[in-house]
Amino acid sequence: MSENTETPGGSGITASAPDPTDNAAVGAAVEHAVAAFAAAVTLDELKAARLAHTGEKSPLSLANRGIGALAKEQKAAAGKLMGASRGRVNKALAARTAELEAEDAARILLEETVDVTAAPRRRRAGARHPLSTLQERVSDIFVGMGWEIAEGPELESEWFNFDALNFKPDHPAREMQDTFFAEPAQAHLVLRTHTSPVQVRSMLERELPIYVLCPGKVFRTDELDATHTPVFHQFEGLAIDRHLSMADLLGTLEHFTRQLFGEEAKVRLRPNYFPFTEPSAELDIWHPGAKGGARWIEWGGCGMVNANVLRAAGIDPEIYSGFAFGMGIERALMFRNEVGDMRDMIEGDVRFSEHFGMEI
Amino acid sequence: MRIPLSWLREYAQVPADARAEDVMAELVKVGLEEEAVHRPMDQLQGPIVVGQVLSIVKEPQTNGKTINWCEVRVVPAGQQQTLTGDGVDPSGVQGIVCGAHNFEVGDKVVVTLPGAVLPGDFRISPRKTYGHVSAGMIASVRELGIGEDHDGILVLGTLALDPELGSDALELLGLYDEAAEINVTPDRGYCFSIRGVAREYAHATGTAFTDPADGVKVTAASGTGYPVQLQDDAPIYARPGCDRFVARTVRGVDAAAPTPTWMSARLRLAGIRSISLAVDISNYVMWELGQPLHCYDADKLSGDIVVRRARSGEKLETLDGKVRALDVEDLLISDDSGGIGIAGVMGGAATEVSAGTTNVLIESAHFDEVSIGRSRRRHKLPSEASKRFERGVDWEIADVAAQRVVDLLVELAGGTAETTATDVGTKPVPVVIGLSGGYASARIGIDFTDEQITTALRDIGATLTPGAAHGAQTAVGNWYDVTVPSWRPDLETRDDLTEEIARLVGYDKIPSTLPVAPPGRGLTRVQQQRRRLVQALADAGLTEVLAYPFAAKAANETFGTADADAPRQMIKLANPISEEQGYLRTSILPGLLEIARRNHSRGFRDLAVFEAGLVFLPDGGTLGTDQIPPLGIRPSEAVLDTLYDGLPAQPLHIGAVLTGKDSPLAAGHSARAWDYADALDLARLAGDVLGVEVVLTQGSHQAFHPGRTAELSLRSGERIGYAGELHPKLLAELDMPARSVALELDADKLFDAAPDVIVAKHLSTFPIATQDVALVVPAQIPAVQVLEALRSGAGELLEDVALFDDYRGPGLGEGMKSLAFGLRFRAPDRTLTAEEASAAREAAVAVAAERFGAILRA
Repeated sequence: MSENTETPGGSGITASAPDPTDNAAVGAAVEHAVAAFAAAVTLDELKAARLAHTGEKSPLSLANRGIGALAKEQKAAAGKLMGASRGRVNKALAARTAELEAEDAARILLEETVDVTAAPRRRRAGARHPLSTLQERVSDIFVGMGWEIAEGPELESEWFNFDALNFKPDHPAREMQDTFFAEPAQAHLVLRTHTSPVQVRSMLERELPIYVLCPGKVFRTDELDATHTPVFHQFEGLAIDRHLSMADLLGTLEHFTRQLFGEEAKVRLRPNYFPFTEPSAELDIWHPGAKGGARWIEWGGCGMVNANVLRAAGIDPEIYSGFAFGMGIERALMFRNEVGDMRDMIEGDVRFSEHFGMEI
Repeated sequence: MRIPLSWLREYAQVPADARAEDVMAELVKVGLEEEAVHRPMDQLQGPIVVGQVLSIVKEPQTNGKTINWCEVRVVPAGQQQTLTGDGVDPSGVQGIVCGAHNFEVGDKVVVTLPGAVLPGDFRISPRKTYGHVSAGMIASVRELGIGEDHDGILVLGTLALDPELGSDALELLGLYDEAAEINVTPDRGYCFSIRGVAREYAHATGTAFTDPADGVKVTAASGTGYPVQLQDDAPIYARPGCDRFVARTVRGVDAAAPTPTWMSARLRLAGIRSISLAVDISNYVMWELGQPLHCYDADKLSGDIVVRRARSGEKLETLDGKVRALDVEDLLISDDSGGIGIAGVMGGAATEVSAGTTNVLIESAHFDEVSIGRSRRRHKLPSEASKRFERGVDWEIADVAAQRVVDLLVELAGGTAETTATDVGTKPVPVVIGLSGGYASARIGIDFTDEQITTALRDIGATLTPGAAHGAQTAVGNWYDVTVPSWRPDLETRDDLTEEIARLVGYDKIPSTLPVAPPGRGLTRVQQQRRRLVQALADAGLTEVLAYPFAAKAANETFGTADADAPRQMIKLANPISEEQGYLRTSILPGLLEIARRNHSRGFRDLAVFEAGLVFLPDGGTLGTDQIPPLGIRPSEAVLDTLYDGLPAQPLHIGAVLTGKDSPLAAGHSARAWDYADALDLARLAGDVLGVEVVLTQGSHQAFHPGRTAELSLRSGERIGYAGELHPKLLAELDMPARSVALELDADKLFDAAPDVIVAKHLSTFPIATQDVALVVPAQIPAVQVLEALRSGAGELLEDVALFDDYRGPGLGEGMKSLAFGLRFRAPDRTLTAEEASAAREAAVAVAAERFGAILRA
């Protein structure tokens, strides 16, 4: 076909108008135009072809103008022929225009290609500390159970930290928790050794029944090493209601641990001693995802709130009973997220937090 | 507490093949947690046999030493060696080079033959040395890992041992035994004895228990022994310091007699050093029965023994050779010469048993827990005796334990017991606790049967006393009047008994039920605000870190209050981890800067870190109270208020430190250095996410750059913190990069200022009319004040105004600047005309002109 095709510029077209009644001649002009459009490969070439085949001087325009000179009875047929022919030409032009515009757009986009693997990172992703995130995760589980979150001061009166919790002034249990004391000694202020003083405050200040979780920072005079830190985080739970039993304690712990460690998680209680609970238990959890295989992991202490603790808060142990538990967040981070060294949590190396991002 | 298994087996049914791990696995079920295993054979391997030295040839060496070339017979004379192996001589006589000199021909010794292994993976094999082949070693106690004495080799005769040649020395020295070490909680004093642990083992396994106390027959008649008087004129908590004192006398003992190996082996496994026979016996009986004992040289006593409180100024030289100044609260054992022992803590040096002692007085007493605990803490003298007394010792065991010591002294030291004994004191009234079966069941969640309850209580040694109500059916099950055993002073309440029942039935039998909490209110508003604030800072690209809240005094002073004449109040710790960080922080920034420095040293130069944490801000008011209310009673409101008010303010602060660049190095991207404006911006962001406007004004704080610091405050004018560039001098001192910036603010004040309800604003959809103005003002006028002037002058049509240029330079007068503002006008109800917008703009400029002499720039 190409050797018969007019140059796309159409400069060689002579304005020899076909007879508007000559079906074949008009058809040839139409074919000619359609071929010229098809041959145009750029929008500029198409523009030239459009001017040559649809412009004022184009054969079809001239033929169309020739209708006026025809006999009256010929006009209708010629008009119909020319209308249809010009319709075909315009349709072909529109189609080709769309094609070439699309190609042009695609070419520009292609030219704009960048190496996405070399793109700069302009935004620095921030990060939460995993101890904070895990603390929030734990809190949310209890909030979902209808519990509330209670908080209190870190520098605390000795009464809230010890006496109210049934630590007798001269009992060796008082020395189980190596305590930071503030000066002067007669002020009897300590850095809380557990978040239990918040339990006491909750019992004094809240209406019964009470279901609260007390997360927070606690302090013991341990030197920092791979498994000890003088500042760490705990969450303690306290429920005071009528008819609470150790079975309720176990059920609560099981419900919670399943949410944090998966449906396979289990809880085991072993006898232990704490001044503030009686009976008391050590709490182990069956951690299905533990490194090196599922196993029991010692996590914290729990028990039924000692009647003396209830009395210290003005709650009648003949009517109410309660349970309490306490676990370490650092320890959870160690066995849940496989943090091997306590120092990573406290040194503030940004790689530690950034590895976790906003999740835990 | 370490439990040698051979000892435990005497009183509990421990399977013959059970190892320490197995025993601990049982004990943990009843609440005795596992600590460690002590097994000598983990480090030892035979053949280690008894040998006899046949000959010694002394050979002086060029290095000045003299070595002994010995022939040692290791099989009975006339028998052939049955052992084989490289270096084991078939004749039964080994040639051994030995450097020690404390033995003679004919002595029986311990020989480690080739193939043996000693502690420290020391493998014995024949070796060439000093011109001989030494095929084995004559061992010292140190080499065998059974003592510290390395002066010489172990001569068995000094232990009164005369075993057959070739017999197993490991057996002879009790080295096949092993010990389980368990952790005893402070309530279980009775488990500091084989007697107590054997009982617990029986509980754990459901097997029989033999009480070692039952095997001792107290023979002496009471009343006419050594005179003892109990004279406590200042009891603590109205409890006499000593309520029983048993004294027994054994005469004619050989105090220098060796301790038998079966006893020293058990003591060694128990972790007790062998001292002398009399002391070893008293320690042995303490370990077995839980009763601390003391032996006096009876001939060094003068006059009656009096148990009394120490007198002011009184001193005592204790067994460890230290002279101790006594407190009037110390309970003292005394005689006519003065103090002879701090009761229950440590004996006196002057009356101690020595190698020359022939007559021994045995003290077996019962002391008050609190009194002993206080003396122990006061004199910093933790001892095996005080550990037991503080936790409670069985009042009933005192005479039994004394008898056991008497029996052992007679048997092992050749003494003769006096037939009369002293036994003074007052037996405490037994504790009887009423318990209903229903109570125990309700607390635990198990419906205990009568049999479960009675069995458990009888097993722990309690007596179920028939009383008026005993056995009666109550509304909540059977009633029990329970007399607790004398060795369980920890059992005081029905809850204690409930635990015992649950413990013996087994915690693994407790069912699981989930209590339903009443509808909760979710996180409090402040808890939500805190989460939002912390999350916003992280979302803004900062990394959360958690520093210790300990600070140096100087750091608190630098980062604390900016008010020059305000006192620098801070809390000092009495026992900090390090003296340099001896205070509680008054600012978040010192900890953050330390963390920034640490990251720097690890190669991270571009940092943006923050922390949200409490700071401790005493205001000079009274700290705490010296009136600590008693336990078990709700304090009055007034007393509670004193406790609450005695605490310093502990607000939540947020702090941030930014240093280096804002983004990582990358192709086609130039990272921007963090600057003061980033710190200011974060402060504003903190306010924005809480719906609180943070007002910035030119500020001044000793830790910050004097010209690049904003004071942060609320609309009310209350100051909440600072933001800006840190002081260059401070950064240099801290070895931090110049231009590092920081902010710190009191988040609690932000939370407090947040609106409860935000009222919606009408959104006009009429077109905007924008007008720009450039105003020339003196350079020292803060831009925000000019902006505020425009805002107040423009009136209600002004929707927004923003500074978009600050020009200083040619074309302006000296000391002037040109500030360009974009003003956006819009009316709520109509399209503004150009005239209206221009009029508003002119009104705005007029106020700026009036306040600051601002001139509209052409």
